[in-house]
Amino acid sequence: MTPRARRELLSALAYLVPSLAAFVLFVFYPLVRNAQLSLYETDPFGGLGLYAGAGNYARLAASPVFLNSLRVSFLFALYTVPAGIVIGLPLALLANRPVRGITIYRTAYSFTIAVSIAAAALIWAWLFDPNVGVLDYVMGLLHVPAVGWLTDPRWALPAVAAATVWKDLGFNVVVLLAALQGVPDDLVEAARIDGAGAWGVFRHVVVPAISPALFFVGVVGTIGVLQSFGQINILTQGGPVESTNVIVYSIFRNAFVNFRFGLAAAQAMVLFGLMLLLTVLQFTVFERWVTYQ
Amino acid sequence: MTAALRHAGMIAIAVVVLFPLLFAVSTSLKSAAELGRYPPSLWPQAPVLDNYGDALTKAPLGRFLLNSAIQSGTVTAGQLLTSSLAAFAFVFIDFPGRRVLFFAFLATLMVPLEVTLIPNYLTVRALGWLDTYPALVAPFLATAFGTFLLRQFFLTIPRELADAARMDGCSRRRFLWTIVLPLARPALATLGIYAFLSTWNQYLWPLLVINSTAMRTVQIGLSLLQSQEAVSWGLVMAGVVLMVLPTAVVFLLGYRHVVRGLTAGAVKG
Repeated sequence: MTPRARRELLSALAYLVPSLAAFVLFVFYPLVRNAQLSLYETDPFGGLGLYAGAGNYARLAASPVFLNSLRVSFLFALYTVPAGIVIGLPLALLANRPVRGITIYRTAYSFTIAVSIAAAALIWAWLFDPNVGVLDYVMGLLHVPAVGWLTDPRWALPAVAAATVWKDLGFNVVVLLAALQGVPDDLVEAARIDGAGAWGVFRHVVVPAISPALFFVGVVGTIGVLQSFGQINILTQGGPVESTNVIVYSIFRNAFVNFRFGLAAAQAMVLFGLMLLLTVLQFTVFERWVTYQ
Repeated sequence: MTAALRHAGMIAIAVVVLFPLLFAVSTSLKSAAELGRYPPSLWPQAPVLDNYGDALTKAPLGRFLLNSAIQSGTVTAGQLLTSSLAAFAFVFIDFPGRRVLFFAFLATLMVPLEVTLIPNYLTVRALGWLDTYPALVAPFLATAFGTFLLRQFFLTIPRELADAARMDGCSRRRFLWTIVLPLARPALATLGIYAFLSTWNQYLWPLLVINSTAMRTVQIGLSLLQSQEAVSWGLVMAGVVLMVLPTAVVFLLGYRHVVRGLTAGAVKG
């Protein structure tokens, strides 16, 4: 290394050290440490015990509770992500119309971005409340028998999903609206001149043009709901009978309620693997789209 | 369709989307007597602020809000500082290993909170930080997203400007503080707003590292209040309104920045 290069390196490090120190201490070291924990028996204080090899992973593969949490997380994504797109896209289309004061509508339709998961969960806990909840009241008006939203194992996961869809709606609207704004006007015009109606334009011009954003919302949404915790902890604590025990809730329970850190670390590695897989999928499909166009 | 009809339709849809929130506001303004009424009224007959008074005095919501403000303020300031410094080095200093280090920064984006959760909890405990502000702040002081966002902006600043400043005997540090950062105000605002919103709304990490009531952030404090004690929904909804208010204000004032922050990864160009 030339003296000049060394001088520049030292100068650059002075600027990078604050970030690097935080990353080493709170990202890179814990990542390695978590991988290590997952290979060991641990004591209730998080200390390393006997080397277990793949023992924790084998235990997970044979654990009905863990397999159930994978299934619940998968179902949860299925209940939330498509619904979030189906509701978010019409809102984004409305917010993309040339109307006076459109910014007000845009902020209104995307407002749930400002709402925390805890706030959303508390509001929905009250809407679902069996005694004073307004949902049961509305269903009574419609002569639909009341259900135990958060206490019936069949309804708890859909109920938590409803709260989640509502909370994530703002994000979907913002991303899809940004994509809609990028659809070239002349493309839409050309389709109109060719005699396409509103539905035809939407189906054959708009949807293909925003398909990368739809895909992005789908993948990022899936990654996001795989990390759901707050709404579960506030609304159902994983119950009734494990019906809402998603992966992260199960990690939390194993690590911080049962103090089985090694097992929880292995669960976290499995979740990490799933998320990496989704990210890789996103990048490869994105690449294909970009080169295709 | 006439314009008025179109507006009426769009307002109606906005009301439906925001109904849970609007109804929470309405409930927070109801008197104890009206809260006990079923079916619930859509809007209080005589709005009162009792629930807000109770939330701030009976439940130490003021203290919770203060804790959240300290955490979010410190994390936001810290992220602005560390990201500015790092992005500056990546853009304006030609040093060996730049690509490798930048890649290492980006790699942190791939590591989800859940994977670092257990070791970070053990680290914070070993440092004796459980139940303190450092536990709430330290893990979030650096951000690859922020560094990347500022780097993209710094790249639009002509290199000739840096060279000219150099020639005039302006040190790197002064160039950063007096020229680059003032130019980068829009990008700093985007990062600042994004950092504030995401820190204020944290749930899992504060739940783990805080034990005492006095140190709880508002998200944790209010949820535990709702689950552990027999409090009225009016009080909880007043708490929800107070808890959402700061992020709502930031969101409304910085809507453009929020959009830019959220779509940074989604939309190319």
